[in-house]
Amino acid sequence: MNAPTYNFAYLDEQTKRMIRRAILKAVAIPGYQVPFASREMPMPYGWGTGGVQVTAAILGPDDVLKVIDQGADDTTNAVSIRKFFQRVAGVETTTSTPEATIIQTRHRIPELPLHEGQILVYQVPIPEPLRFLESRETETRKMHALEEYGLMHVKLYEDIARNGHIATTYAYPVKVEGRYVMDPSPTPKFDNPKMHMSAALQLFGAGREKRIYALPPHTEVISLDFEDHPFEVQRFDKPCALCGAENVYLDEVVLDDRGGRMFVCSDTDHCETRRQSLPLEGRVGGEAAGVGSSKTSATSIFDAVVHAEGTPPGRTSSGHPPLKGEGSR
Amino acid sequence: MYVAVKGGEAAIDNAHRLLADRRRGDRSVPALTLDQIAEQLALGVDRVMSEGSLYDRRLAALAIKQARGDLIEAIFLVRAYRTTLPRFGCSEPVDTSAMMVERRISACYKDLPGGQLLGPTFDYTHRLLDEELDGDAEVEPGHQRADAHEPVSRIADILGGEGLIEEDLEQSPLEEPGDINQTPMEFPLSRAMRLQSLSRGDEGFLLALGYSTQRGYARSHPFAGEIRIGEVEVEVFSPELGFAVPVGRVQLTECQMVNQFKGSAKAAPQFTRGYGLVFGQSERKAMAMALCDRALRAEELGEDIVAPPQDQEFVISHCDNVQATGFVEHLKLPHYVDFQAELGLVRAMRAEHAERQAESLPDMKEAAE
Repeated sequence: MNAPTYNFAYLDEQTKRMIRRAILKAVAIPGYQVPFASREMPMPYGWGTGGVQVTAAILGPDDVLKVIDQGADDTTNAVSIRKFFQRVAGVETTTSTPEATIIQTRHRIPELPLHEGQILVYQVPIPEPLRFLESRETETRKMHALEEYGLMHVKLYEDIARNGHIATTYAYPVKVEGRYVMDPSPTPKFDNPKMHMSAALQLFGAGREKRIYALPPHTEVISLDFEDHPFEVQRFDKPCALCGAENVYLDEVVLDDRGGRMFVCSDTDHCETRRQSLPLEGRVGGEAAGVGSSKTSATSIFDAVVHAEGTPPGRTSSGHPPLKGEGSR
Repeated sequence: MYVAVKGGEAAIDNAHRLLADRRRGDRSVPALTLDQIAEQLALGVDRVMSEGSLYDRRLAALAIKQARGDLIEAIFLVRAYRTTLPRFGCSEPVDTSAMMVERRISACYKDLPGGQLLGPTFDYTHRLLDEELDGDAEVEPGHQRADAHEPVSRIADILGGEGLIEEDLEQSPLEEPGDINQTPMEFPLSRAMRLQSLSRGDEGFLLALGYSTQRGYARSHPFAGEIRIGEVEVEVFSPELGFAVPVGRVQLTECQMVNQFKGSAKAAPQFTRGYGLVFGQSERKAMAMALCDRALRAEELGEDIVAPPQDQEFVISHCDNVQATGFVEHLKLPHYVDFQAELGLVRAMRAEHAERQAESLPDMKEAAE
């Protein structure tokens, strides 16, 4: 057996062409799910094979690739996918949002607004926004064709009737250019407004389900809602405990088994960049948080957290999320 | 948090290293050779070839070794390799009636042209653990037939004369059979596409579905019309030569299930067929596939669709174990961003609930008094 040799970016050119055709169609019909002959990839289905195929099809030798999972460059799957493209395409990779030409993501949109020429590639598990209302593909395709979205509005209405508000917090459905209802992938609804009129091209790949869809730059993307129950994003009542950023999505980090927790930026690059640009005294956790220090090698987020104890904005130990007005910066 | 980026990479590298170590196991035990796997774990190899949809015993054995014996992982390895291979074209349809059969049985007839040939089967063994296999005791070679190979006619040809059973479908020369690797899956699928999916579908899933049809879910009264295992020649049409040339031989297991059929508005009463065909020796899979194929023909035959095995979206969308294992196991990946969103929602709803409780409590007390 000869050692297998792989084409640039793993996929053969024929397959790439097939995927590009699907992408072009998707861009031409924003929000419409284009079926494509998804290939087996060397990572499992559910690990981002759709996103990986889209990235492989659009990647050129001059591209600079960033891969995030849960907003972070350091999550294991993001590391693994980045390494994959380093190996099979030899492209430059980065963790910096503005420097990347292609950003592959799972579950988040970077906090920093994307600029023209950038492409955001989403990994999508279930591309069909109507799937959990109607399990049959033959039916849901018909519903999209007829623009029959009543079922979705009834579902949202029932949420309000039961809970007083819409109980969907991620994969919150959107309507694209007033036509197709689209699944934004399981990003928290916090990120939905970032899709609207974005300057970047947004591509969505679902490998197992064999669908590609897209939002061309400057596309209208509206989260579904009602006049008397307008769409709202999650709000965090405290800024990031590490960089002090407000109006960003935060991860809850459990500190101990006594209910101690802190909230830090989910977007690691955003957090890192802010901490580097802040004056030393302005940084939460300061030197001890692992920034500005020359010996940062052993610093993990937990070290940063432990050292940040006693810095009031940097921690809550009350066991509940920071409430409005409690210890603001 | 660039430090953490490096940390993630080191963690993955170390995990891979530990995996390689565990795969090898105790170094004082000799390493398995691929020949040992291909020869002595041949049915596992056959399953990997069949569900990996790549006929290559050596690569399947390598995948089993690399996957530490996890057959679904091995199937995945083979699939990920095969997807990168160039596609030369379609072979001519293989002629299973010209098969060099090693096993051929029919449950429909006591005897039939070509005879009943048991071959290497577990069927009539007593399942008693054989301590002898702990060592490497001498094993007698099997008996070889001395007489010439008698033609082994197919069950459809035997029943076909009276019109009792549906005919083989003639493939029109213009009609390509389709390829589930090259075209996106769009329902409803043609039977050819369904059979391709079933042929590499998960043995366990198809077994359970087929079993359910025997227990009354989409019951179709099956008889094992014929099961045959053996090698067939694969031919490829060569435009330069103007005729088909043999390119090799593959071992196949074929199952023709014969099903009672009362007739419907669309079809007269006659026996119908379910079909199973898989690489290697894999009788359980071929039979389960045939049961599922027959159940999935409900619409074509005008039967009521009442159970999951008749529903092609349900069966075909879920029969691929590489897809299924990927999506089930992806739950291991971090989901903390979405979990955070749900945490916020549940906390808010609990707070509202507590408020409502607090409001209604005094009223209830009053009422009780």
